[in-house]
Amino acid sequence: MSILVVLEPHNDGLKRTSYEAIGAAVAIANGSAVHGVAFATNESQGAHAGKYGLTSCMLVNTPECNSQQSSNIAAAIADAAASVGATTILFSANSFGKAVAPRVAIRLQAGLLADCVELSRTGDAVHAVRPVYSGKAKITVSANTACTVVTLRPNVFTAKPTASATTSCTVFTPTTSVTRSAVVTGHAKNEGTLDVSEADIIVSGGRGLKGPEHFHIVENLAKSLNAAVGASRAVVDAGWRPHREQVGQTGKTVSPTMYVACGISGAVQHLAGMSSSKIIVAINKDKDAPIFTVADYGIVGDVFDVLPKLTAAVSAITGK
Amino acid sequence: MNILVCISQVPDTTTKIAIAADGTSINPAGVKFILNPYDEFAIETGLRMKEQHGGSVTTLTVGPDTAKEVLRTALAMGSDIAVLVNDASRSDSFVVASAIAEYAAETSPDLIVFGRQSIDFDSFQIPSMVAELLQWPDVSTVSSLTIEGTTLKAESDIEGGKLSVEATLPCVISAQKGLYDPRYPKLPDIMKAKSKPITERAATAASARVTTNGMALPDSKRLNKVLGDSDSDVNELVRLLHEEAKVI
Repeated sequence: MSILVVLEPHNDGLKRTSYEAIGAAVAIANGSAVHGVAFATNESQGAHAGKYGLTSCMLVNTPECNSQQSSNIAAAIADAAASVGATTILFSANSFGKAVAPRVAIRLQAGLLADCVELSRTGDAVHAVRPVYSGKAKITVSANTACTVVTLRPNVFTAKPTASATTSCTVFTPTTSVTRSAVVTGHAKNEGTLDVSEADIIVSGGRGLKGPEHFHIVENLAKSLNAAVGASRAVVDAGWRPHREQVGQTGKTVSPTMYVACGISGAVQHLAGMSSSKIIVAINKDKDAPIFTVADYGIVGDVFDVLPKLTAAVSAITGK
Repeated sequence: MNILVCISQVPDTTTKIAIAADGTSINPAGVKFILNPYDEFAIETGLRMKEQHGGSVTTLTVGPDTAKEVLRTALAMGSDIAVLVNDASRSDSFVVASAIAEYAAETSPDLIVFGRQSIDFDSFQIPSMVAELLQWPDVSTVSSLTIEGTTLKAESDIEGGKLSVEATLPCVISAQKGLYDPRYPKLPDIMKAKSKPITERAATAASARVTTNGMALPDSKRLNKVLGDSDSDVNELVRLLHEEAKVI
C-alpha cells in the first residue's frame, strides 16, 4: 500500500495543516511510500513537502482545479491515487478537506474516516479514533473497503522535519474532468484578524465581560500571546462579537495548543467546541463554573481585575 | 422550485452519554433527542426559497420510527411533504447519503438543503457525498444565498474569510448559522402537523463502508490546578504556563 496526502499551498510553502497530514502519513507509513498531490502550487512549494518526509509530489495546475471546483479537484485526487496505487488518502479536516474528501471517497468507493484525532495501522488496515457526540465519547473506526479516505482534525498531528529533504515534483494531469461543478468567483479575507480555527493560541471572552466595550481586555491578552480572539455563543448572539469568532456548537471546533476562557461559564455547547485543546486555562469569578472541570489551570477571580495583571505578566515574557 | 431539505434527529447536547452493551453505540435510554440545531437553518432556508420562487418543500430524514418527531417539527414550520426513510441502524454516512441520493434521483428536486453538520457524528460528509453520488455541484457552509433562474450564488464560510461561489441548479448546499434565523412554529401549526401524513420508505440496499469497532468515554487528563486572584497567584499561573506547560 502507499499513502497519498492532499496538500494546500500557502505563501512559499504549504498550509500548516498540510504538513500535519504529511506527519500523520509518515508516522503510519512503516516503509510505504508517502506521495503528495498539491493544487495551485509551484515546484518550490511542492519541494517544501520533502523536508517533512514526502517521497514524491504531484503538482496539479488545471484551470478547473485552480478555480477551486471541488468536483474536479476530487476527480484529480482520485486519478492521482490510482496513478500511484495509493490505498490511503489523507486530508486535513479543514473547510477544503471537508468539501473534497467525501467526493473522493465516493469516487474511490472508499470508507471515509472523518475528523480523526488518532491514526494507526495494522498490516494494510488503517484505524482511527474520532470524537463524537460533541466530544462526550470517542469511537474507533476503520473502513471495510479497499481504499480508506481520512480527514485529520487540524492542530492535532505533528509535522516532523526529516533528514532526507529531497522530493521529486512532477506535473500531474488528471484524465477525468467534470462539467457540473460549483465555481469560486471571489475570496474575501477577514482583514487583520487571526482565525480561531487556524490559531495556535485562542483567548475567548464570554458574558462575564459584561458588554462589547470591555472586550479590549481580552484583545490585549490575546495580543500579548499572539493569539486569536474567540467568543462564546452568548456574546455572539448578543451582537457583541462576529459569528466567525464563535467557539462551540453552531460556531467553530478548535484544538489550539492553549485555550484561555475568560468569563465563560462553560456550557456543554461551548465545551463541545474546545475540549480537545491541549492546554485549557479558565478565568471565572464563579468557582463552581463548569469550565473549571475541563481546565488545566484556572484562576477564580474577576476578569476585570485578573486580565490586566495577567496581560502584564505575559508581556514581560513574550515582549508583546 | 422544488426543494428537498434533509434533517436528522440527534441527542440533545446537554444529554448524558452512556455506552450501550454492544460497546459501539450509545444507550438511548433516558437520552433526549432533538432536531439537529443546524437543520433548523436548513428548513428555514428551504421555506424562504419556496416563498421567493414558489414550488414545494419536502423534508426527509433517515432514521428510526421515533425520528418522525423531527419531521413533525418541519411540517409545523411549513414543510409541505415529510418522508421517513426507515433505517434505525443508519450504519454509516455512505448509507445515509445513498438513501438521500436515491430519493433525489427519483424526485428530481432543484435544490437539496442540509444543515452544515449534525452534532452527533460531526463528520460534515453527507452533503458532498450526496452531491457526488448525483454528480451535482455543491456549496458547503453557506452564509448567504441568492437564486435567480437556475443560477445559484452563495457565500461559503472558510477559515479566515468567505468564498463567493456560483453554481447551476440542481445543486446541493449546506446551511451555516446566520443564513436565515429559523422561525418558531405556531401552536395551531404544531397541532395540525400531528395529523399530517408522513411517507415512509424502505432503507437503501447500500451497505456500510465504515465499521465502528469500539466506543469509549473520553479520559479526562486535565490538571485542574486552580489558583486565586492575588498578584502572586497570577504570576504563578504565568510561571506554570511558561515552565510547566511550556505554552508561552
